[in-house]
Amino acid sequence: MADLRVKIAGVEFKNPVIPASGAFGYGREYERFYPLSKLGGIAVKGTTLHRKDGNPPPRIAETPAGMLNSVGLQNGGLEKFLKFELPNLLTKDTRIIANIAGATAEECAELAARLDTTAVDMLELNISCPNVKQGGAAFGTSCQSAAEVTKRVRAVTSKPLMVKLSPNVTSITEIAAAVEAEGADALSLINTLLGMRIDIRTRRPILKNNVGGLSGPAVFPIAVRMVWQVANAVKIPVVGMGGISTAEDAIEMMMAGASAVQVGAAIFQNPYAPLEIIEGMARWCDENAVALISDITGTVQPW
Amino acid sequence: MKMRYTQGKFLITEKKAIAKGIFDVTVQCPEVAKIAEPGQFVHAAAAGFSLRRPISVCEIDRTAGTLRIVFEVRGKGTERLSECNRGEVMDLIAPLGRGFKLLEPDKKAICIGGGIGTPPMLAAAQHYGANATVISGFRSASAVILQEDFAACGAKTLLCTDDGTQGKKGRVTDLLDECLARENPDIIYACGPEVMLKAVAERAMARDVFCQVSLEQRMGCGVGACLVCACKIRRGGEEYYAHVCQDGPVFDCREVRFDG
Repeated sequence: MADLRVKIAGVEFKNPVIPASGAFGYGREYERFYPLSKLGGIAVKGTTLHRKDGNPPPRIAETPAGMLNSVGLQNGGLEKFLKFELPNLLTKDTRIIANIAGATAEECAELAARLDTTAVDMLELNISCPNVKQGGAAFGTSCQSAAEVTKRVRAVTSKPLMVKLSPNVTSITEIAAAVEAEGADALSLINTLLGMRIDIRTRRPILKNNVGGLSGPAVFPIAVRMVWQVANAVKIPVVGMGGISTAEDAIEMMMAGASAVQVGAAIFQNPYAPLEIIEGMARWCDENAVALISDITGTVQPW
Repeated sequence: MKMRYTQGKFLITEKKAIAKGIFDVTVQCPEVAKIAEPGQFVHAAAAGFSLRRPISVCEIDRTAGTLRIVFEVRGKGTERLSECNRGEVMDLIAPLGRGFKLLEPDKKAICIGGGIGTPPMLAAAQHYGANATVISGFRSASAVILQEDFAACGAKTLLCTDDGTQGKKGRVTDLLDECLARENPDIIYACGPEVMLKAVAERAMARDVFCQVSLEQRMGCGVGACLVCACKIRRGGEEYYAHVCQDGPVFDCREVRFDG
């Protein structure tokens, strides 16, 4: 039986599969299907300082091999998370990654400072949400603002800090390097790609927000490419995500350079996808005489 | 309220087209049928598609352990679902959402369905039997469904079509107005296009009759995690986006902000 444990920024995960922020809520809805302790960790729904109502519906549109969403970070705010969700999550025997999304760098720092004194295992700083006007991708699309917000958050927390990057940029490796230079402990990528669908009968965009973030198998090759490029450009660990729906996808992503993976859209179609990926990875390791899953990270041999 | 849904592949025991592009499917799922309630829905996976399709429960047979769903082909995903045949399985997460509030069966209920919003009214009407009045409206005679089923449960049926090819020519709200002039129902249920729901809600509120509407929205996970199926609700003096899959699909009509 292969050892599926991985270590990221000093935090040990029992396996490398983590439901992605936004796709899994706070785990409550999926606990009806299986114990959350089976998961490597949970990247919980993005938390803002104050309650956020999100964008008008429709917020989702199906696409070939994927979907667009424009939720817009709807959540109950930090207080509610601390009082109602976090205590429950901390009993689940899995690693908890708090995803924080401030509208300003100050808000990001305040969120981080407040979470610094809690028992969350890691912070994931979201500088890549495509569906909000303030914060989100506005931070993540220039080296300067990405560096600035990372620096501010780094200054107020000793928690392992992972920064979630946007693919909607000219050079993701430059942003990755800028964030690393300001003290990020890890990177997660990719957030969704900005997309659009139009209903040709009404000549209206399907999403009320007009545009939204593309995820699902359609984005997988882009995610693999970006993880590969970033992993080669930085020294800190990379958590890969974007369209992973099978164990083979997860293994491919790790070979590209990821130390762990996050799974999002696949869960909507198959709630058991994270578990099936974990089981499939263990089987693959056994069949391929891989004793430690972490040994496959970055082992692609480019031409 | 704790939801008790499961995911499974359930045997299709019956399948037929009951109107052009409208399919009637019965699945064997005793565990789901045991706890399913009128107004809830199932989230059906269509092979090769990223998102599941939410479909209202039309009829629950706890003795036979079956659920009946009726859906319309609206795009390629529902077309794929319509290709599933008897003897094959359907991958469902069910039962989902909050269903209708059911009063004692001796109360008087008006169940209103517009087009493909009609199927969930069957399970509700069956609860009230002869005390139910079912008002349903369709585009045309060729789209009329479920009238024999409503009659079979003892409900009084009132029918209209947009073009007058079957039943009365006009809208369900015309029939509702006639109905309300004659009797005072204890509860009204409605499912259909939003304009229809809004018109029904206005009439119910004007007469102070408790009314529940079943809403529809493009949906993701179906279980309340992804937050895409938002609908604007006013509750406790506050307006916010609730979610059709978890907080609904059935809502008190007084809470729904139809233009939200």
